[in-house]
Amino acid sequence: MEKFGFTLTKARVIDYDRNDHSIVDFIMEREPSFKACIECGCCSATCTTGNFTGFSLREINVLLKRGENDQVRKKIKKCMLCGKCSLVCPRGVNTRNVVFVAKQAFQKFDNYAV
Amino acid sequence: MPDMTGSVVVVGGGTAGMEAAGQLAKAGLSVTLIEKEKYLGGHLREWHHLFPDRRPGDEVLSYLKNQIIHNNIRLLTGEGVEGFQKRGNDFIINTRSGDVVKADAVLLTTGFDLFRSERKEEYGYGIYDNVITSSDLEEMFHSGEIMMKNGEKPEKIGIVHCVGSRDEKVGNLYCSKLCCVTAVKQAIELKEALNKCKVFCFYMDMRMGGALYEELYREAQEKYGITFIRGKVSEVGVNFSKRLVIKAEDTLAGRPLKMELDLLVLMAGMEMSAEGLKLAEAGKLEIGENRFFAASDNHFGSNKSNLKGLFYAGTCTAPMNITETISHARSAVSDIINYMNSDRK
Repeated sequence: MEKFGFTLTKARVIDYDRNDHSIVDFIMEREPSFKACIECGCCSATCTTGNFTGFSLREINVLLKRGENDQVRKKIKKCMLCGKCSLVCPRGVNTRNVVFVAKQAFQKFDNYAV
Repeated sequence: MPDMTGSVVVVGGGTAGMEAAGQLAKAGLSVTLIEKEKYLGGHLREWHHLFPDRRPGDEVLSYLKNQIIHNNIRLLTGEGVEGFQKRGNDFIINTRSGDVVKADAVLLTTGFDLFRSERKEEYGYGIYDNVITSSDLEEMFHSGEIMMKNGEKPEKIGIVHCVGSRDEKVGNLYCSKLCCVTAVKQAIELKEALNKCKVFCFYMDMRMGGALYEELYREAQEKYGITFIRGKVSEVGVNFSKRLVIKAEDTLAGRPLKMELDLLVLMAGMEMSAEGLKLAEAGKLEIGENRFFAASDNHFGSNKSNLKGLFYAGTCTAPMNITETISHARSAVSDIINYMNSDRK
């Protein structure tokens, strides 16, 4: 068959109701300080990885809360768990543990080692 | 100062007017308090609980009612002010029913009007059943029944900040200041009333600039699990199952977001009252770009007008909370006493 190069474009919209919120619920339960995040970006600004790659913990926090798990799965691999971010968080979030628990959640819920 | 004499007309029997009338009377001045409604208390009457400590609004109201029990106070309720003139040092105030009241000084405490949310048509207030305002929600808290139009309890509730504030499209460039903390307070109360519900606040900036506001915000996140999404709702519609659907940009994710909701609460802002605007025109009083009365000096004349002997207090000058309104009323009293003692002579 002739291929014309037309494809369906996936909508960029965050479809909150369709997204899966089990990962973020798991994190909130095990690391409740995550709830206090106000997405200020201190963690990302101080992050060594973020200064050399596109990694942003602030972005990951937002995506987790919206249930955009597919995006997080790939991105979160870049974190080296150094914990510098937790030193600067003004809301006292144990950011290092958020990443750690998120990785556990991905393993538990979709058997996806990150 | 028991030997003080003189008369003051206070226009508006809300929080500022009641507090000021009480303090003026205690200082020995004779006060005429004019209120256009039948009841005193103004907007305070609409509040079930106040922020940040969720004290019942009625408690403050009964304090204010106590304040105005004084022989020096004459109450004129259900009476409007048509206009006024200044002759020499005297003010002549004409009431709507044709009375004339003479006074040495005038205090305007004409307050604010709530922004009419139907003006933001894209939010569907007055079009969709389950879009309500912060004021409607207070009424629901009062009645103890938080429900959708069909009588069911909402499980997913959205709150839109800045409705009628910081919005050039409705001609209001200013921040109404109270709506952010009201949103946080109401989100918490919704969560308490409907344990199962999820609450989402859509904000542009979280302006938690009052005592204990930030603490309340943090409590809303940590203890009550309220979700805050940075991005203003741009439009509201309904889907086939008659559920509300909102569109916003999640500006921190950098992507558009859509969500179904059972109930949407609009945080209506504050506007200069129509009554205040009429008096401004009638008395050639200066108003600011935000249409509230313009103070003669931003730092030390916040109660003074461009007309000597005429003073302002409360939300007719800018959005204010109850604490600030009461303080502002007291500082107006101090200015009026100074005026009576020296400036006027």
